[in-house]
Amino acid sequence: MQDKPSPSDLLAAVAHYLRDELLPTLSAHHAFQLRVSCNALDLVARQIALEPAADATEIERLTKLLGHDGALGDLNAELAAKIAGGELTLETPGLSDHLWATTLAKLSVDQPQYGAYRREATRQQ
Amino acid sequence: MPPEQSSAELSFPDRMLAVVRRFAPDAERLDKVMRLSGGASQETWSLIAVRARGPERMILRRMPAGVPIVEKISLETEAALMQAAEAAGVPSPHVHYVIGPDDGFGRGFFMSHVDGEALGRKIVRDEQFAAIRPQLARRAGEILAAIHAIDPKTLPDLPRITPREEIATMFENYRRWSEPRPVFELAFRWAKERTPPDDATPRLVHGDFRNGNMLVKPDGVSAVLDWELAHIGDPMRDLGWICTAAWRYSVIDKPVGGFGDREDLMAGYEAAGGGRVDPQVLKFWELLGSLRWGVMCIGMGFRAKQSDRPVELSMIGRRTSENEIDLMRLLAPRGA
Repeated sequence: MQDKPSPSDLLAAVAHYLRDELLPTLSAHHAFQLRVSCNALDLVARQIALEPAADATEIERLTKLLGHDGALGDLNAELAAKIAGGELTLETPGLSDHLWATTLAKLSVDQPQYGAYRREATRQQ
Repeated sequence: MPPEQSSAELSFPDRMLAVVRRFAPDAERLDKVMRLSGGASQETWSLIAVRARGPERMILRRMPAGVPIVEKISLETEAALMQAAEAAGVPSPHVHYVIGPDDGFGRGFFMSHVDGEALGRKIVRDEQFAAIRPQLARRAGEILAAIHAIDPKTLPDLPRITPREEIATMFENYRRWSEPRPVFELAFRWAKERTPPDDATPRLVHGDFRNGNMLVKPDGVSAVLDWELAHIGDPMRDLGWICTAAWRYSVIDKPVGGFGDREDLMAGYEAAGGGRVDPQVLKFWELLGSLRWGVMCIGMGFRAKQSDRPVELSMIGRRTSENEIDLMRLLAPRGA
């Protein structure tokens, strides 16, 4: 067990320093690159917070869809191959729900401000 | 003294002035010569030619001599396309002069400066565009009809790209650069089953006609920009690209560029002689647009480590999922 502060807290402290103290002192070029870098730190923090639970439910859904369990990467590759081959389609029970849930989980990490995500996430019960 | 002989001894601004005098002999001097943007190979300059009748702002697009040609179409071809577009009634900067080999100034062209806003997120939100926004989709349709009516035989040679070839290239790049993506597989399968025939009348296709590549003023579209991806192909590609979700700047209920409706785009296109638009074909090209931008995002993420802007490209790579949600909204919409 590692000590505190946690990775998320450390990332938040670094992002705070970069955004609120360093950013105002920089040229336009470096200010832009730093803003993007802060966005990357925020993304990493969201991934640390959200990935374990999202991966666990994704594996559960994939296990049901494919009829066996396995590592997430392998299951995902198998699903992709079965969609490419036409074996699984949007008519397959559970496929559309799975793809929606997986996509929303990605957006919650990658880009929670994206307009289509904000719309679709509010539909989720 | 002929400029060819003197050019090596003159400073860069003096060499630029010598070329400007080829088409503006009364230019006394140049003011505010500023490099606007560009990578290693292509440059964009802003300058003011002080002429007898007053100052005139211009833009120079240029490649220095000796730079290997990497762009899809040459600057000379780009100039020819802008001239053809202007002649066809498309709002366009006026091409003043195409640099020739005798000018000793590399390659490129001078064009007029046109006022207007290019940033899509401002066009969809700023108050000053509130009155014009409802007319922009129809106007975009009219402009595309004018572009597509230009006879390709009057133009320099352009690459021919069929829908089937484009999908094959995109699919190959996706498979090469990415982990397997179930949503992309579903979308590619959908698109492959609905690919329009290659023998649809080939037309001049702008290739990057979207919110962000039009200059907009409070009273209308003042110019169409960025012809670098122009080719001969299926004209519906241009209509689908301006509807592609990535260019809505989060105004997701206005499918045309975040400012308008598909019906207005199609009506403008038809009224200006572009012909009937099949909404199913439009949907195909809109979906292909999300796949195209998605594969571009994947590619940037893939190349990030080798790039001189690794953070920026990595973060564009992580925008691939935006296209997945846009594809899902087209393929499996979840009701109102």
